Amino acid sequence: MLQFIARRVLGTIPVLFIVATITFFMMKAVPGGPLDTEKNVPAEIRQQIEAFYGLDLPLWQQYASYMGNLLRGDLGPSFKHANRSVNELIAAALPVSLELGGIALAIALAIGVTLGIAAAVRQNTWIDYLASSSAMVGICMPTFVLGPLLVLAFALHLEQFNASGWDFPRDRVLPALTLGLVYAGYIARLTRGGMLEVLSQDFIRTARAKGASEARVVFIHALRGGLLPVVSFLGPAIAGILTGSFVIETIFNIPGLGKHFVTSVFNRDATLTIGTALFYATLIVLLNLAADIAQTWLNPKQRVQ
Amino acid sequence: MALLEVSGLRTAFHTRDGVVRAVQDVSFRLERGDTLGIVGESGSGKSVACLSLLGLIPQPPGRIEAGKALFDGEDLLRSPEHALRRIRGRRIGMIFQDPMTSLNPYLTVEEQLVEPLLIHGIAGREAAAATALAALKEVGVPDAEARIRDYPHQFSGGMRQRVMIAMALIAKPDLLIADEPTTALDVTVQAQILELIEHEQSERRVAVILISHDLAVVAEVCDHVIVMYAGRVVESAPAATLFRAPRHPYTRALQLSRPALQAAGSELYTIPGMPPDLARPMSGCAFAPRCEFATGDCTRSEVRLEGVAPEHASACLRAQRGEIRVT
Amino acid sequence: MLEAAQAAEPGRSLWQDAWARLRRNRMAVFGGAALIVIAGLSFFGPLLLSHSYEAQNLVLGAAPPSGEHLLGTDKLGRDQLARVLYGGRVSLLVGLAATAVSLTIGLLWGCTAGYLGGRVDAVMMRTVDILYALPFTIFVILLMTVFGRNFILLFVAIGAVEWLTMARIVRGQVLALKRQEFIEAAIALGLRKRRIIVRHMIPNVLGPVAVYTTLTIPAVMLLEAFLSFLGLGVQPPMSSWGLLIKEGAEMMEEAPWLLLYPAAFFTLTLFSLNFLGDGLRDALDVRASKD
Repeated sequence: MLQFIARRVLGTIPVLFIVATITFFMMKAVPGGPLDTEKNVPAEIRQQIEAFYGLDLPLWQQYASYMGNLLRGDLGPSFKHANRSVNELIAAALPVSLELGGIALAIALAIGVTLGIAAAVRQNTWIDYLASSSAMVGICMPTFVLGPLLVLAFALHLEQFNASGWDFPRDRVLPALTLGLVYAGYIARLTRGGMLEVLSQDFIRTARAKGASEARVVFIHALRGGLLPVVSFLGPAIAGILTGSFVIETIFNIPGLGKHFVTSVFNRDATLTIGTALFYATLIVLLNLAADIAQTWLNPKQRVQ
Repeated sequence: MALLEVSGLRTAFHTRDGVVRAVQDVSFRLERGDTLGIVGESGSGKSVACLSLLGLIPQPPGRIEAGKALFDGEDLLRSPEHALRRIRGRRIGMIFQDPMTSLNPYLTVEEQLVEPLLIHGIAGREAAAATALAALKEVGVPDAEARIRDYPHQFSGGMRQRVMIAMALIAKPDLLIADEPTTALDVTVQAQILELIEHEQSERRVAVILISHDLAVVAEVCDHVIVMYAGRVVESAPAATLFRAPRHPYTRALQLSRPALQAAGSELYTIPGMPPDLARPMSGCAFAPRCEFATGDCTRSEVRLEGVAPEHASACLRAQRGEIRVT
Repeated sequence: MLEAAQAAEPGRSLWQDAWARLRRNRMAVFGGAALIVIAGLSFFGPLLLSHSYEAQNLVLGAAPPSGEHLLGTDKLGRDQLARVLYGGRVSLLVGLAATAVSLTIGLLWGCTAGYLGGRVDAVMMRTVDILYALPFTIFVILLMTVFGRNFILLFVAIGAVEWLTMARIVRGQVLALKRQEFIEAAIALGLRKRRIIVRHMIPNVLGPVAVYTTLTIPAVMLLEAFLSFLGLGVQPPMSSWGLLIKEGAEMMEEAPWLLLYPAAFFTLTLFSLNFLGDGLRDALDVRASKD
């Protein structure tokens, strides 16, 4: 098991390397820099600024120094916000995004798993159809559709929540719900499928033959196997929640990392864009790794060699 | 009073392609400590009959349409689910054909062994663990202390079946139903498992129903045997009598079909034709199309299981009338 | 169970069986019908309308649905019905084109890897594994920012995100097929490799591929809408449902109809595609019948 973990971790390093390289060269390909919006900048100042950002060096040197800085954890200064480094900006915005993502994931799992189990245990009854349809709605309604709709209903018409902002605890509700419900849909379907598959296995019959109650059969015997598809989906789910947060934070005007990413793209703030892109990418890669390991660990056939 | 008395059991499956009559009018009786063998090809209804007793047939699409199954006086077929649950694993234990798929791969052997004790409130966690260990040792699993915390996939086929047997007997049931316990195992291991079942049976005075398609397996272990074909009992007799002097053409054909009994170099005997489609209604004897003794009467008349000798019943019309001698 | 009687019936091919099962699935049929209606409206509708999607009416501004403008008008007075239908055309086209890209790459990659086997297979699938770990969405965002307003690039980029799973599915199918006897028979008959791949393997791979393709289209459309919402996808004056939703969201308070109708069309299309894809999967997967 440890060997497996070690191998997977090592395997992630080239991936991260590729991510960093691609991100770097992409941003370098963008025409534009820190001075684009300023017009009449005297030549010496321009030179100084360029030197500050290292833009006067040949490309390969910029790349080398960038990678070097990366290894030390330094993502460089922001193009747009001249006195703040990318690290600072990320550090400030990250907790917000993590909170949003965390709540969304919790909602997704709570609703999704419950719906999925209910649908599987009462297959082909109205409970199943209701749960499966709800799940389908979640899947088919993208966050940028659900978000505005929820705002329309709850913030504008019923005036229960604010349409934007992050200042009060209540502000968490609509954005997290928007993000979470979509993934609740996927998780519900996966749970239903996984549970149905497990419940049709022979060992379930054995459990019943021992006198186990339905509850025991479902929660002690079936759940472990039935949730496997959900665990393997956790990686993509978290990645999706992270990328989904770009849109959510934009719609709801939340000062999180996603919003920084989106605005930095528009502002051509190369270091901030690369920095956040890299950060996200690394986070996603690492979370995928964790989900992978969790999945292997949960399956006794693979855990105990 | 008999331990188990089944009369007129009828189970059918209502599928999209029609109603499959898996068990039609099956009756048999079992006293305490007896061993009953149920022999038949796949699809003969032998497993479905026993699963019906415990209410383990998925009830859509399956349905128990008629019959009585008196277990110690209580009709299993009319018992509510919670009553059945108290019987399953506690008074009637069951082992299944494929121990790999029949054991939960996500739980340790210990967790699965203690379950019947915990479910039925027979013992608390610690006592149950000790009992489980003892049970595992008794069925002959070596190094039981270490292995009890292993997962099923770490055991060999034969060992897994021993675990199943231990699990089925741990709550000291009155009846053990063994559904093809040796079919998925190697020949050498088969003998060991049968021996184990026999041993447990005599030690604990448990009644056993042994289901198999293999006559030899049943012959070894059972006192009394019933033969099933197309959902019906076609013959019922004490084991020795059944093998020495069967009174139904199908039983005879089964005996002849065993490769071990045939002369080397000669063509293997097979029963001509195919088993019938249980979704199609049949008249008369279901075996008639394949039977060398069949006459027109066989397909026209109603066929019933009737006694042809003391303790010996046959559903063959012609045998009942004394028209033929099967052997 | 007992198949004796069934041998007497005329045999049904896998496809006929699957088609029958699909027809019985009410949701899938509904999805298919809805799709045909929406696609028909999107492609032929604009031809029948009296208003073009571009004509502005600044005097009118954003007006609610009326007899003249069935779905209302946007802030520049453009007929919303025309815009939604036209947007549908764009969204569906991008969806189909991107899926085609995805399908082509995935099919070729998977078939080659699966059929050739050995080291080639190992290398090709290892590449897929590595690529799988990359967060493509982020790259696509960066890509669209860098190279901007290129319509073709849009669906190539989107399609490039989805081909990986297709390649895995195809390869799995090919591997399973390779071991089956009719392939050995074909080889024994002396058919050349290429002929074997084209005439024998590809038709049998089609099942899961068809299912996954039907499920890829909505995923791709979602990605396009996502990009358009961020302003990185389809650019005005062209419109897609994603753009329309964005504009609608901006004017949500004053003109909710601008959000509701494109959202409804979009969601309904995704619904239909998903139900159809699910139905196909259930129909073709003999093992997983849920009765």
